[in-house]
Order: sequence, then structure tokens, then C-alpha cells
Amino acid sequence: MLALQILIDGFAISSLYALGATGFTLIFGVSGVLNLSHGAIMVVAAVIAWWVAGTFGAGPYLGALAGVAASLACAFFTYRVIVRPIQNSPSIPREEKEIFVLTGTLLWGIMLQEAIAYLFTNNPKTVRPLVEGVVMIAGVRTPWNEVLTAVLSWAAIGLLYLLVNRTRTGKSLLAASMNPRGLTLLGFELSNIYVLVWAIYGVLAGIAGVLLGAFLGVSSDNAGVLTASAFSIVVLGGLGSVPGSLFAAYVVGYLETMTAYLISPSIRTVPVLLLLVAVVYVRPQGLLGRR
Amino acid sequence: MLRSRTFQIVVPALLVMALLPLGVGGYILGLLTLAYYYAVFAMSWDLLFGFAGEVNFGPSFLIGVGAYTAALLNHYWMWPIPACLVAGAIAAVIGGAVLAVPALRLTGPYFGLVTLVAVLLLQNMLVLFAGITGGEIGLDLPDVLSIDDSTNYYYALAFMTVSGGILFGLSRSPVGLILQASGQDAIEAAALGFNVAKHKMAAFCISAFFSGLAGAMLIFYLGTASVGTVVDIAVGVNVIIAAVLGGRRTIIGAAVGAIFLIGAGEILRPLGQLSTFVVSAVALVVILFFPSGFMGRLLQSGGRE
Repeated sequence: MLALQILIDGFAISSLYALGATGFTLIFGVSGVLNLSHGAIMVVAAVIAWWVAGTFGAGPYLGALAGVAASLACAFFTYRVIVRPIQNSPSIPREEKEIFVLTGTLLWGIMLQEAIAYLFTNNPKTVRPLVEGVVMIAGVRTPWNEVLTAVLSWAAIGLLYLLVNRTRTGKSLLAASMNPRGLTLLGFELSNIYVLVWAIYGVLAGIAGVLLGAFLGVSSDNAGVLTASAFSIVVLGGLGSVPGSLFAAYVVGYLETMTAYLISPSIRTVPVLLLLVAVVYVRPQGLLGRR
Repeated sequence: MLRSRTFQIVVPALLVMALLPLGVGGYILGLLTLAYYYAVFAMSWDLLFGFAGEVNFGPSFLIGVGAYTAALLNHYWMWPIPACLVAGAIAAVIGGAVLAVPALRLTGPYFGLVTLVAVLLLQNMLVLFAGITGGEIGLDLPDVLSIDDSTNYYYALAFMTVSGGILFGLSRSPVGLILQASGQDAIEAAALGFNVAKHKMAAFCISAFFSGLAGAMLIFYLGTASVGTVVDIAVGVNVIIAAVLGGRRTIIGAAVGAIFLIGAGEILRPLGQLSTFVVSAVALVVILFFPSGFMGRLLQSGGRE
């Protein structure tokens, strides 16, 4: 019984982690940017969804849509106002762009977090789920919302897979991650591709944020932890490798769920951190990464 | 040296700071005392980042190890303060050496993550063994540096001046140049015959020494050691912001950035929750428009020394 419970709960939470980390790794793979405002953007999506659906009274569907739209707007802003100016700045030496992007997005994340805390307080908020009720899966009472979370996460990841591998635009994304200069020589506008990647990222982070808000509830104080967990998953799987991130998301999700159920919820994240340190020491390129 | 731009700025500034207790109240002195300890954190971080080229996301790991070692020794074994300070600094140096091992093998984001994880692990440990460490509430110390505001202020000022002097001198010495070379192009530096690993290791230990010592001093000033003041990620973030804000690779800039950050946070306190927002926004603007920071700009306009 407990094993089944862990299996089902772990699957739902892992799917959500996978979705959250996919956008994060996509941006890194294509444009080499680690976006430390990731967690804050997810929080914005969840809180806006909560506000529009609940306080504003527009219902869960419109709320979810508003959440995703808010996340998209934040992602655009992050790229246009913070990441791109730093990348194009002539007064920052090239080898230091990375730390400036990290610091810049970190500050932007703190600003988003504080703005949310100011406007909506930092109390935890639970987004009204899209579907209500519970279902029995092999004798385990599971909320429909948990099922929906897993299904929607995988649907979004599946769509992304189709987009990247089956469409011309998607292939240009892939090409940009392999050889940006070659792509420019072929007549593609690199900045358009980056805008597209950030748009995809915004949507993915938005969906992940709204689902997280409905599944576990979100407070503005979670922003840092969310960023850290996406960062860990992505490094564990191999930076820039989407299959690696998916795999790592399940490792992390199940490890956390098992720790929480079998040992104690208070040390939920400790085994993951230890595993992460071990992997980074022994295999710095991550579980499925290439150097 | 007497004619150098840095010298002309720093000495009058230090003189003013030394005379401050004659003119201002205990409240401002207390604030500046805190800021001076942060200045040491930021300067140590700048040695690692600006010179050795290592992005340490977890300065509060080194600070926390130093602070909690000192706190535990003082709380349970009643060690006198100087002995606690020495033990804290030594523990931090050991922590720094532990961090340096992955730094020599990993680069960029991988190393950044390891340092971040180090902080999270330390924080988890402190909360997990709350019975010993006091957990989230903190550990109160039987001894404090002094109960007099001016005395505390002078301790902090002297500590900052001496640490800053040593770190600044080091950064301008041949060792600093080698570090800078290893940070920018490790392979070429090695090809020129410099022992990159040894120099980076030294940078970690020195940075850890000052971070740990400053952390230990800080808790003896505050009279309590808690996760929120010396270990939390937010502490590390502030240190990084201060160093980048003040101007990386200047050491002194980091101190200026730290004093500015603490001061601005306090001045904006009436804004309540929005104060962090405003401070972050200001820091972001500085990073976007003046990437070399306060001191970088000041020193550049006066030409090279």
C-alpha cells in the first residue's frame, strides 16, 4: 500500500519537476543562460492564477490562462531587459558575462518575489484546481488534480518534443544549441530564435507554476527553493540535456518522496543534495550529459 | 603609493570613519559595525571571484562554519573569545579547502552549484541537530565582544581595515597577478609555469580564513548565532551583490558595496517589504549600466596606478 502511494505521489511530483526543469535546461542549452529568476517566475504564474481564479472570480480556467500569460510576460522581460543588454554590453568582458547574467537574473528574481510578497502577502496560496474530486488508483485515493498534473506535464513536454524535432522552427532551435555561428551564416536571425526560446520557456514555467500552485500550494518564499531544485535537477541530468533533466527529475522526485514517507519529511531534500554532490564529483557532466 | 588614487580615497575615508563615534549615535554605529563585518565577507568573496575567477555561490558556507564553530565552543565549553575566533577561522579554512577540491575539477555553473549545495547542507544540518545548534532560533552566547557601541564599532573598523589591507595588498602582489592569470586562462597560466592548483587552493584558504573570522566576530558582536544571520542563502546573496555592486576585482569596492547595501537597506526600512525590492532594483540598474561598479568607475577615471 505504502509502496503504491509512494509510486503514485512520486510520479506526480516528478512530472511537475520534469516540466519545471525542462524550460530551465532549454534556455541553457540554446543560449547558455542560467536563469536564476526561474523560481520567482513560477511563483508569479501561480499567484496570478490564484488571484484571477479566486479573488477576481474568473474561474480556474481563465485563472490558469492568466498565470501562464503572466509568466510569459516575465520571461520576455527577463530576456529583453536583463539578459540581452548584459550579453550585448561592450563594457562587460566576455568571460564575465556569465556571472553578470547570474547576478542580474538573481536580482530580478528577488524583485519579483518581493513584489509578489508586497502585493499578495507571502502567505501560502493554493490555486483552485482545474478538476475536483478523487479517483481510486489500485486502491490508493488519488485526487484527480494529481492525475491531471502528471498528464498535463507530460502533454507539455510531448508538445515541446514534437516542436523541437518535427518543425522547421524547432530544428533551428536545436541548431542554435549546437552551432549558433553556423546558423547565423545560414541566414537565421539568432535573436529571433532566442526570443522564441524564452517564449517557450515562459509558457513551460507558467504551466509548471500553475500546476504546482494547485498541487502543493505556493508562497513567494518558495522562489529560491524552486530555482535551486530546478538547478539541481538540471545539473544532475546534465546541463542542456533535456532527456537528462527528465530522468533526473524522476530520480529527485522519487528520492524526496521516499525520504518523506519512509524516514522523515523534515530531511526531505537532504539525500538529494548528497546525491548531487556525489554525482558532481564523480561525473560532473551529469547522469546523461555529454561534455 | 602615497600618490595612488586608491590611497587618496581610502585614507581620508578611514579617518572619517575613525572619528564617527564622536559625532553620531549608537544606532548608526551599530549599523556600521554590522556593515563592516559584511564588508569583510564581500572582500573575501571578491578575492575568490575577481582574482581566482571562482564563482562561489555559498560565501555563507564559510561564514557559517566559522561562526558556528566559535559559537558551539563558547556555548558548551566556555572557551574564551580569542580562542573561539581562532578555532572558527581554522574550521572555515578547512571548509575552504573542502570547497577548493571540487573547484579544481569543476568549472562555472557546476562549481557554483556545489557551493550552493554546501550551504543548503550546512543549513539542513543545523536545523536537523536543533537540540545542539539551537536550530532556527539560534544559539545564544555567554560572552560578547563588548556592550559598548563605540568599542564594538572600533573592533569592527580595525578588523575591516586590517583584513582589507591584507587582502588588498595580496591582490596587488605577484601572487594576486598569478591568481588573476589562473582565473582568466588557467591553461595558459599553467603553461607559463605557475602552479594554478596551489594558488587557487591558497586563495580559497585565505578567503575562508577571513570569512570565517568575520563570521565568528559578527556573532560575538550580536551575542547570538542563528541560521538567518550567518548561514542563510540570503546572506550569501547580499555578499555577492555587495561585491559586484562595489566593483569586482577591486577588493575595496566590495567594502564600499557592503556598507552601501546595509545602509540603503536601513534607510529604506520605512518602505517595509518594498525595501528589498528597491535595493535589488538599484543593484540591478548598477549592474546593467555601470558594470564595473562604484569603485571600478572611480578608479578607472583616474587612470591606472
